[in-house]
Amino acid sequence: MHRLRRTVRQSRPDAIQENFNPSIVRIQGFQAVVPLQPYFGLLAEFTEPEDLVAAARTVHEQGYVRVEAYSPYPVEGLSESLGFTRSRLPLLVLIGAFLGGIGGYCLQYWVAAVEYPLNIGGRPLNSWPAFIPITFECTILVAALFAVLGMLALNGLPQPHHPLFNVPEFANYASTDRFFLVIRADDPQFHETRTRELLESLKPMAIYEVPWV
Amino acid sequence: MATATTELDLNDPRRRPPLVTGEQDLHSITETVSKIAERPKPPRAWYVAFAIASSLTLMFFSLIGYLVYEGTGIWGNNSPVFWAWPIVNFVFWVGIGHAGTLISAILFLFRQNWRTSINRFAEAMTIFAVICAAIFPGIHVGRVWFAYWLFPLPSTDLAMWPNFRSPLLWDVFAVSTYGTVSLLFWYMGMIPDLATFRDRATGKIRKMLYGIFSLGWTGSARHWSRYEIAYGLLAALAAPLVLSVHTIVSFDFAVSQLPGWHTTIFPPYFVAGAVFSGFAMVVTLMVPAREFFGLKDLVTMRHLENMNKIILATGSMVGYAYAMEFFIAWYSGNGYEQFAFVNRAFGPYAWAYWTMVSCNLLAPQLFWFRKVRTTPWMMVVICIFVNIGMWFERFVICITSLSRDFLPSSWGYYSPTKIDVLMLLGSFGLFFTLFLLFCRYLPIVAMSEVKAYLPDAQPHGDDHH
Repeated sequence: MHRLRRTVRQSRPDAIQENFNPSIVRIQGFQAVVPLQPYFGLLAEFTEPEDLVAAARTVHEQGYVRVEAYSPYPVEGLSESLGFTRSRLPLLVLIGAFLGGIGGYCLQYWVAAVEYPLNIGGRPLNSWPAFIPITFECTILVAALFAVLGMLALNGLPQPHHPLFNVPEFANYASTDRFFLVIRADDPQFHETRTRELLESLKPMAIYEVPWV
Repeated sequence: MATATTELDLNDPRRRPPLVTGEQDLHSITETVSKIAERPKPPRAWYVAFAIASSLTLMFFSLIGYLVYEGTGIWGNNSPVFWAWPIVNFVFWVGIGHAGTLISAILFLFRQNWRTSINRFAEAMTIFAVICAAIFPGIHVGRVWFAYWLFPLPSTDLAMWPNFRSPLLWDVFAVSTYGTVSLLFWYMGMIPDLATFRDRATGKIRKMLYGIFSLGWTGSARHWSRYEIAYGLLAALAAPLVLSVHTIVSFDFAVSQLPGWHTTIFPPYFVAGAVFSGFAMVVTLMVPAREFFGLKDLVTMRHLENMNKIILATGSMVGYAYAMEFFIAWYSGNGYEQFAFVNRAFGPYAWAYWTMVSCNLLAPQLFWFRKVRTTPWMMVVICIFVNIGMWFERFVICITSLSRDFLPSSWGYYSPTKIDVLMLLGSFGLFFTLFLLFCRYLPIVAMSEVKAYLPDAQPHGDDHH
């Protein structure tokens, strides 16, 4: 469902405009009931990191769940104020480390003791002390790959497009010196006017509607 | 003006100098760093340097082509010195590559926040040095087209497997893991800054390329949170890795039984030497780069002074190792070992040994003087000496022991050919070419990291300073 919506949005922007009201999109023989909101969400712009953290906390406490905050650098306590406190990433890296270590040792064991046994100075075929360096390197290698690729996968990256980039202020300044908070229109609590009023009460520099295209 | 502030801060022991000087804010940091890659034309010095470096690179690859065509006879390698310049160059370049990951991983774990201005720069250097390093054993195998036999690949034409008990194979794994992890570290750290470049890009091609490589980074809080976890874990994984790489390179020597190689001091001695030479290379490149690209407020005198202190510390460790090698040779009572060391200092290669000692041991001692630590041209001169000295250290280790082994009948004197010398020069060309391209097209200072440590960057005041 989600994927279909995305396909429609990107490949045929005009189709959405035309078919918006019936909320049924037909494209290339596919038919999908698309819960399209009139826009992606409401975006509030701040100039100070404190204001963003305070705003994020307030919005989270009001019970909004589809909320995200954006900053040009990691701001302490920001993700926590949105209720994001735990990540599966460390577990993934641990699994990677085990896979790498066990895999590295097994490779050496299989090659040196099973597939191609070599008698080197009468040492045992499974001469484990000599296998430690490569086991260590493989542990680090696979764990590091899991750390970076896992981070990207959990973050849903690479992502070719995001509706937020349709707001010029976000596209131009979000990675430089501005701080943004978005409440998505598909949040169960979202209400055209009440949500806007809530954002206004947080004293942002500006509020934007994030268009789909 | 900004330099004056730096001097003042440095001279006032009561307070810590700030990480960046001048009136810096989020916007000005973005401007300073992005402008370097955005200006239509780099400074004239860049063109001159690039012309020289790329010509040397071309020469390097032509010589590699000649080597493939003609064979390793074009080098000076001969019995008994089969490990000659290629291996000296390999160990030298791997050593240079140690500064980057040390700065990004170990200094990160110790919360040395000053590293943020220089880590990107040093990480890039690491990767380019590892590329130069990897080329030498790759071409030293002789039949370059079979270099993939180094890896444990099921191959039908060989019907054999590599010997996992050999330090040479450990080295293949250590260097390739180090190269991969350094690349991951460098690239991951660069994603947010590439996103900044993407957002600022005006041309279509620039926007597309930076867009592809920034992977659609938005700077969302959840993304930053996972990013920071990944960064911390990567640092924790890379820290022992840095120490392991030159340890394993030293095993190439220490695990053999040749006098002068078969010593237990080699791993820590090699690691200290690697950090020493790597930091010297960072300073050598950093001083002109901050001059030409207007980075004096981000890479302050404090950064350079800190690096010079590390060079002094590691240089003294290397000097201690030289002394300890002699002591152990005498104390062991082993005649071969004693001969190897007396031969190093007073034998046919004494000129190389004393070049090494004066460059590595004596030159950095000048860093005890604050004046030397804080004067750019003086530190560059000393760091160039250190790099020369560290190349000679590997030459001394490699060549003296091989040319005088147990059997006097097999002794010899090694001299390089012109092609050996030109290939070393060519590898510098490759290193500088990659480095100049990096300075031209990529964010050379980690903007998002520096921003996070600005005085007002975090919600709870400026306790970072």
